[in-house]
Amino acid sequence: MAKIIVDGIEVDVPAEYTLLQAAETAGKEIPRFCFHERLSVAGNCRMCLVEVKGGPPKPTASCAMSVRDLRPGPNGEPPEMFTNSPMVKKAREGVMEFLLINHPLDCPICDQGGECDLQDQALAFGRDRSRYSENKNAIENKYIGPLVKTEMTRCIQCTRCVRFTAEICGTSDMGNIGRGEDSEITTYLQSAMRSELQGNVTDLCPVGALLPRPQNFRARPWEYTKTPGVDVSDALGANIRIDTRGREVIRILPRLNDAVNEEWISDKARQSVDGLKLQRLDRPYLRENGRLRPASWTEAFNAIAAKVKAVSPEKIGFIGGDLSSVEDLFAAKALADKLGVNNVDCRQDGAKIHPKNGRATYLFNATVEGIDAADALLIVGSNPRWESPVLNARIRRRWRAGDFQIAVVGEKHDLTYPYEHLGAGPDTLAKVARGEGFGAVLAKAERPLILVGAGALAREDGEAIAALAAKLAVKGDWNGYSVLHAAASRVGALDIGFVPGEGGLSAAAMAKAGALDLLFLVGADEINVEPGAFVVYVGTHGDRGAHRADVILPGAAYTEKSGLYVNTEGRVQLTDRAGFPPGDAREDWAIFRALSAVLGKTLPFDSLAQLRALLNKAVPHMARIDQIETADAGALAKLPAGALTGAAFVSPITDFYLTNPISRASKVMAECSALAKGALKQAAE
Amino acid sequence: MSARRLAEQQPDSFEFTPENMAWLDKQIAKYPQGRQASAVIPALWQAQKQHDYWLPQKAIEKVADILGMPYIRALEVATFYTMFNLEPVGKYFVQVCGTTPCMLRGSDALIKVCEERIGEQRHVTADGLFSWLEVECLGACCNAPMVQINDDYYEDLTAESFSKLLDDLAAGRPTHVGPQNGRNRSEPLGGLTALTEFYGADGKSGPLSDPAAAAQPAHPGK
Repeated sequence: MAKIIVDGIEVDVPAEYTLLQAAETAGKEIPRFCFHERLSVAGNCRMCLVEVKGGPPKPTASCAMSVRDLRPGPNGEPPEMFTNSPMVKKAREGVMEFLLINHPLDCPICDQGGECDLQDQALAFGRDRSRYSENKNAIENKYIGPLVKTEMTRCIQCTRCVRFTAEICGTSDMGNIGRGEDSEITTYLQSAMRSELQGNVTDLCPVGALLPRPQNFRARPWEYTKTPGVDVSDALGANIRIDTRGREVIRILPRLNDAVNEEWISDKARQSVDGLKLQRLDRPYLRENGRLRPASWTEAFNAIAAKVKAVSPEKIGFIGGDLSSVEDLFAAKALADKLGVNNVDCRQDGAKIHPKNGRATYLFNATVEGIDAADALLIVGSNPRWESPVLNARIRRRWRAGDFQIAVVGEKHDLTYPYEHLGAGPDTLAKVARGEGFGAVLAKAERPLILVGAGALAREDGEAIAALAAKLAVKGDWNGYSVLHAAASRVGALDIGFVPGEGGLSAAAMAKAGALDLLFLVGADEINVEPGAFVVYVGTHGDRGAHRADVILPGAAYTEKSGLYVNTEGRVQLTDRAGFPPGDAREDWAIFRALSAVLGKTLPFDSLAQLRALLNKAVPHMARIDQIETADAGALAKLPAGALTGAAFVSPITDFYLTNPISRASKVMAECSALAKGALKQAAE
Repeated sequence: MSARRLAEQQPDSFEFTPENMAWLDKQIAKYPQGRQASAVIPALWQAQKQHDYWLPQKAIEKVADILGMPYIRALEVATFYTMFNLEPVGKYFVQVCGTTPCMLRGSDALIKVCEERIGEQRHVTADGLFSWLEVECLGACCNAPMVQINDDYYEDLTAESFSKLLDDLAAGRPTHVGPQNGRNRSEPLGGLTALTEFYGADGKSGPLSDPAAAAQPAHPGK
């Protein structure tokens, strides 16, 4: 620890702290453009200049000088820095004047206006007028992809985007070409960025040079109603802020949560918002003579009630969807229980996981923060870059910190960090489990992380693979057995036991022709239901489930309801309602409650609060929001070993941009998908 | 200077010759494992030399591939240094120094000659012989004004001697590298004025005229 006096306030900070961090510790704010906590230090905007005593006599860039670089005074007094002296004021004014020389004063037509660092800091630290009367420099706009619109004349060359794509994304898409006043930020020959995190550059950009293209000229920042939410496009449960204007969700931004997503979200989480408006189901539908026709809620409920009366409970089933909240599935399960139905399942992909084996067998036990502590990584049957880009960025960061060996069993993909490809199938995993090859590395590691993808579990021998992987993962207190799910609702559904009861059918069996007479799809769109059963679809979009349905009950998307989601590490998170579902659509739990009354099996709750009270009684950890209920690692040892098949592991995601009904409805995602496919095709040639 | 872009007409491919590749391998071997990208400037330079003194897109990509760096990183280097020509240059690529000492000694006249004989900057003449560029200090201020043509310096120029030089080059006549006014390197024009008891005894000037030095081979390596 080192002492330093900031504007007369003495603080004790670690010696490796920069002056900027030391000033923040003392509660002094220092303006900055190029500096960003999660990127390397560039020191090129010069906005953070301060005056120091015990260092150079000129103004010093506080982001690039550390406390230990300063000398103590002649009598051993601690070094001093000043953040509000006349020298600092003049230096800041000078830097700001230079930055504004080539910056267009087009704030009234700039989307960044109102949330622009340059605007705010020019007001706080700049001069009141410009002394520059020459012509301003102008720079050509660049194409850098479908998600980011550029206005390069506004760029102040802070290089945050360059460092972000190189360090966090690992794709090194962007660069600073030319020199001096001709410096230009661009991608290589204006190709589209290749990262699944590229949308984050619009948040990083301190000016209006990089803006989200789909939100171009849509709204001003102060017009938004901001609602905290949770992303459901993957199982990480990234924390998001849903910005609405009127009824419409305009944009989604990341919310800071160091334990989950830090401050990044994937492009799918950010830009599938237009999918929330398109292909929406806004009223109930009934299938008559092979065609769906609009119907009233009463008609729809009566049709279902007639069917339920005619069918025995063994021939009724419920399949839970990937985007459903815990409350939705809890209400559906409560109805199933009332009807005496055992055919209940949330595992559309057929994953061989079951709460009866213990909670540790289906959680990302190491936790997302635990990735930073791990010292070796084995990825089994997963492509984390597509299954959870933000989590993949965290793995990459751990790799960049050094001394981190990574190996993959499964498909070969560009994961943005180097790894050893051991093999494609379970036989390779068995070899590793016997301690051969990479097994020796894992045996030596103190905190080995075994990342098991959904693709490794959703197969016949899934349980045996889990048992093999689990053997490698537990060392003393450390439980590195980590399942990366592909569905946002999966852990929550398993926690409330949304799995077949005694003698019940699995999702795959329910979808078979002739297995059931009446099937409820609770937002389930990822399963192909064969002809035969009468299908009731409760969901949001005219997607696969709705096409197969005989009765459609319109539900609420994740931005339109307050709900709990449990992420892949078992963290319970609450999302708030940012808007109302369109038309006659209702929240799913309320639909099941209303339906239960029509069926004469009224469920014991009339409000979300009552439902939550019941839920918390049944599953107590659902009440502990933002916390992880740690699972007992002992369950892993009890996983039954079994025979392995020879088939290679396949990631469940074949197209990152089109994985759920919302993203499949989104035009922006369709454009990204086409672009990515073209790039893949080109790379294969 | 204005924004530099890659040339519009690009060759379809670029490959290093075996000799250049062998040379480049030696350069790369100078740097530790994982730091191969440090060789980017020598690699681009050699590519430029091999490719008629300008860098096509494929050469930049080739260098990036060889050194295992993203294309944009190699492009950043190629666009940063003005010594890398991104567009074709003439067979004789004239770089006129326009920095203060040369300007004071009359580089404006040389630039005027270029404009009259060759045309605009960065444009190759129709016969493909000449193109020119005004550059910053080339470090030969004591022989100002001067130009660099391909790898050679031509110094102490006047508009007339520069015109003649261009005539000679165009006609394929041999040229004399160095000062064009009879000076020996950067010695005084009228001969030595100091240390004459040591140098110049044999009627020539310069260190070579030192009797002791003359006994030694002037360029031991050659």
